[in-house]
Amino acid sequence: MTEKIFTRNFHLADSHTLTRYRAQGGYTALPKAFGMEPAAITEEVKKANLRGLGGAAFPTGVKWGFIPKGSTAPKYLVINADEGEPGTFKDRYLMERDPHALIEGMVIAARAIGSHTGFVYIRGEYVKPWRILDGAVKEAYAAGLLGKNIQGSGFDFDVVLHRGAGAYICGEETGLLSSLEGKKGWPKIKPPFPAIKGAFGHPTHVNNVETIRAVPHIIHRGAAWFASLGTKSQGGTRLYSVSGHVVTPGVVEAPVSITLRQLIYDRCGGIRGGKKLKAVVPGGSSAAILTPDEIDIQMDVEGPKSKGSMIGSAGIIVMDETVSIPGALMVVARFYAHESCGQCTPCRESTGWIYKMSRRIVEGKGRKEDLDTILDVAKRGAGTTICAFYDGAVGPYISYIEKFRAEFEDLIRNTTHA
Amino acid sequence: MTDARRPEFTPQQLAEVRRLQGLYPDKRGALLPVLHLAQERYGYVSLEVEEYVAGLFELSPAHVHEVVTFYTLFFQKSKGRHVVSVCHNLSCDLMNAKGIIGHLEDRLGVSPGETTPDGRITFLTVECLCACEQAPMMQVDDRYEGNLTPGKVDSIIEGLK
Repeated sequence: MTEKIFTRNFHLADSHTLTRYRAQGGYTALPKAFGMEPAAITEEVKKANLRGLGGAAFPTGVKWGFIPKGSTAPKYLVINADEGEPGTFKDRYLMERDPHALIEGMVIAARAIGSHTGFVYIRGEYVKPWRILDGAVKEAYAAGLLGKNIQGSGFDFDVVLHRGAGAYICGEETGLLSSLEGKKGWPKIKPPFPAIKGAFGHPTHVNNVETIRAVPHIIHRGAAWFASLGTKSQGGTRLYSVSGHVVTPGVVEAPVSITLRQLIYDRCGGIRGGKKLKAVVPGGSSAAILTPDEIDIQMDVEGPKSKGSMIGSAGIIVMDETVSIPGALMVVARFYAHESCGQCTPCRESTGWIYKMSRRIVEGKGRKEDLDTILDVAKRGAGTTICAFYDGAVGPYISYIEKFRAEFEDLIRNTTHA
Repeated sequence: MTDARRPEFTPQQLAEVRRLQGLYPDKRGALLPVLHLAQERYGYVSLEVEEYVAGLFELSPAHVHEVVTFYTLFFQKSKGRHVVSVCHNLSCDLMNAKGIIGHLEDRLGVSPGETTPDGRITFLTVECLCACEQAPMMQVDDRYEGNLTPGKVDSIIEGLK
């Protein structure tokens, strides 16, 4: 088994404390980063082939490079800790069990982009992670690892923890910024991109918790090492959140070259009760569903894409042979209908109507034309909205029906009045 | 609980509001944190609380109302002493969240969205809380409770006074 990066301290009872983090070699990348030019830090992250691990998989170093250089106007670093993609729970572990690694990564990233203020946007339900991270931030201030002139470097950086209040859309980066500004979490039209005009109208860089958490390791051990752990399309290991009908659900760290089959059968004990696999969602609920003959794919950026799905947040939801796919679609459709922010008509209307249609199919009131109506509405709306929320909803709508159409048709055929 | 119909922060709370407002480049950034603070004090965010908070930010009450109604964690009416929120999203559904929800309906005698007549528990179903490895799971006030069985749910509910 390859070495652990993200999870290496998880087993230690006091892994959230500064003392333990330091004893494990923490905060040693920071002085190294202070000795580097900001552009060299960004270059190192580019060479490491680190991809955004929140869902969009954008090359991290390239994104850092979008922040304008030379200007003395404020720039903000925002950490997206609004974990909410159904089937994903890795950032909760990172904040509860290794909060100082996030703080160290933030200081290094802030130096690279020239930011002196960072915000961590944590979903409101995450009370425990927030308290633990808050404790770590206080420890870091007391030890001179945050605040003015950090470790005598002349670099100042403050961290503000910001609690959300319950809205999936705030995980979308411009929705998050609206929320951070004290508004409802409506996504913003791009351009301008946040790197030019973000939080409070200033250049802003947004990264996921896990992405930033990889940074100290890259600086400490080098880009070549990190890149070598992964595949051509993506460096490193990453955290897979595995749930559903496996024997041992949980957070699994693996190189991104691992296959979906290996994750399910080798790392999570296979399907519970000796049952057969029916379907699996590879990257959070917005990723298209895969059938058992589609799981021999590497779980990097390219693998799921080759099957018309996406790696997304790497939240893997495993379904055994007892699962009703129409029932699963209804649950997923209810979620998207509930969480649509209501700003764009195609999304606001379609998510609601598709939920109603999926529900009546499950309730035995489905109509013959419902399946094609859902597919038509899904396909027409994709790509027409301000943010990627509706495109995410379309992933399950289309794939559940196209891959398991006979099961839906059986339900509709057996209805009393259809 | 102080009266949500006649909100007024203590001097200490007003100092906390000013501290929070100072953390952001525009004090408006502190709106969500201050609404959390208000809900802790008054139990929910009444129209009067919205108006009071709007005054602290020089915002219109309409703006604050728009924000409060957008987010699920702000209650617009009085809630129970405890809030029990069961996840009904995909991973929990696969692990029998329906059974847990049905058990709670029987046990509490109320449906999701309602509060027990004695004001002890507000019972909700919610979307993914991102603890799918412990499915089926629920949030009880500030804490997560996972790997639920009817028996485990019973003992948790008994512990809520």
